[in-house]
Amino acid sequence: MIAAGKKIKISVRSLSVAYGGVTALHGLDLDIQAGEILSIIGPSNSGKTSFLRSLNRMNELNLHARTTGTVLLDGVDIAKEISAEALRKRVGMIFAMPVPLPLSIRDNITYGPRMADIRDANILDALVEESLRAAYLWDEVKDRLDMSGQKLSGGQQQRLCIARSLALKPDVILYDEPCSGLDPISTAKVEESMLELRKSHTLVLVTNNTKQAARVGTRTAFFLMGEMVEIGPTDRIFTAPSDKRTEDYIVGRFG
Amino acid sequence: MNRETRRQKIGFGALLLATLLVVIPVIAIVALIVTEGWGALSWEFLFSMPRDGMRAGGIFPAIVGTVYLVFISLAFALPIGVMAAIYLSEYAKDNALTRLINLAIINLAGVSSVVFGLFGLSLFVVFLKFGVSIISGALTLGIMTLPVIITTTREALRAVPASYREVSFSLGASRWQTVRHAVLPRAVSGILTGAILSVGRVAGETAPILFTVAAFYLPNLPTGLSDQAMALPYHLYVITTQIPGIPEHFRYGTAFVLIGIVLIMNVIATVIRSKAARKR
Repeated sequence: MIAAGKKIKISVRSLSVAYGGVTALHGLDLDIQAGEILSIIGPSNSGKTSFLRSLNRMNELNLHARTTGTVLLDGVDIAKEISAEALRKRVGMIFAMPVPLPLSIRDNITYGPRMADIRDANILDALVEESLRAAYLWDEVKDRLDMSGQKLSGGQQQRLCIARSLALKPDVILYDEPCSGLDPISTAKVEESMLELRKSHTLVLVTNNTKQAARVGTRTAFFLMGEMVEIGPTDRIFTAPSDKRTEDYIVGRFG
Repeated sequence: MNRETRRQKIGFGALLLATLLVVIPVIAIVALIVTEGWGALSWEFLFSMPRDGMRAGGIFPAIVGTVYLVFISLAFALPIGVMAAIYLSEYAKDNALTRLINLAIINLAGVSSVVFGLFGLSLFVVFLKFGVSIISGALTLGIMTLPVIITTTREALRAVPASYREVSFSLGASRWQTVRHAVLPRAVSGILTGAILSVGRVAGETAPILFTVAAFYLPNLPTGLSDQAMALPYHLYVITTQIPGIPEHFRYGTAFVLIGIVLIMNVIATVIRSKAARKR
């Protein structure tokens, strides 16, 4: 399944997630390679968001969630050998709805670093510019960094959220349907930044938009009812899926 | 006029009438107190000691006592109430203990104020030997106002979108950092609303201070927490029912000052609140 020589960034073994007795994810095994964009497609209730949220232990915030199995990040067990806070600094997350905190653009970006006790104004300023540039937002906001982040347009807000994650210098970024509320132009900008970030980060993208998966994913996985039906290079999944159910989903026969 | 429009008009009229019925008593009370009490107001009334068995002079010690009681009881109840609300809203799991605590808070809110007075008497005055004193009265008032502060603070915390917490956690913040930086700043104005409501109750209650702090008459101002104090609501009761021959406008003047103090404190809190809201 994995081409030789590719470094494995995240290794998932028999991962299951259940919410109050209802299983959302059944014993998943999956390796995510360093520097790839792994797209995850599938209908609702297929377990793709549960999977994503177990990679940065956000599932733990749901008191009814029970997670079993192991997830190794660079060989380190994320449940046992690292704190949730430290893990989330390395594994950023972009949510479906952009949620700028009710702070200025600058303070939104520096929120994570400030929580990690970075106080030096020069370092923070450098992080602001660097992160906004990487999220393709710098030119639009560089003259109004003290404006509230919530006054930006929806597409700008999502790029602000991406920049905010980048300020922590994560290795991995998780996208949970990041463009579901965005117009095509904003979507294109987000996708452009993803392709650029891929050079230095590992990205996992959960999306309901199969076309988006086809555009940006290096590999694509198809989830259905808590199981991974198929995974492979994006080209192959979209042209010659080996499982009938994958094909049905891609051509829109169900879902 | 068709039926639908007529129904609309009748409905609108009924709602307007109900609203007016609510407003009328408020206006009537304020008008009565202002017109009757205005004449009593003077420097002497506000800033001098009572004389001639309280039939002349001022109400200064009662004003001082009420201000002390408001500040000291809030200094005790606000931090404890806010911390309890933070615990219940942000930390506590939904289990039997939490439900029991919630039930206790709701019941505390329903206890009548004279029972708080009795409780303060037995706990602070007698058992802890604080005596009839400002500290006993302030603690009793503080306990009485705790449920108000806890409930309004929890509502304020609950009104902060869950997505703010989620974002904060996803950026590597700990639970306390999330509460401190992502949640609390957004809840300050709601918390202050609770404080405003409490000021009104603490300043105006008579029963809880009856056994714990209030003095009929004191020749001197209180000098410390263990002194007794006069207080406006109790003073109003005293000059209205216990002493014959007091000029009518003294009572309304006292009521006017009581309402005025609550109003001034509310204005101060509202200014702080709007400053906090603007800082967002």
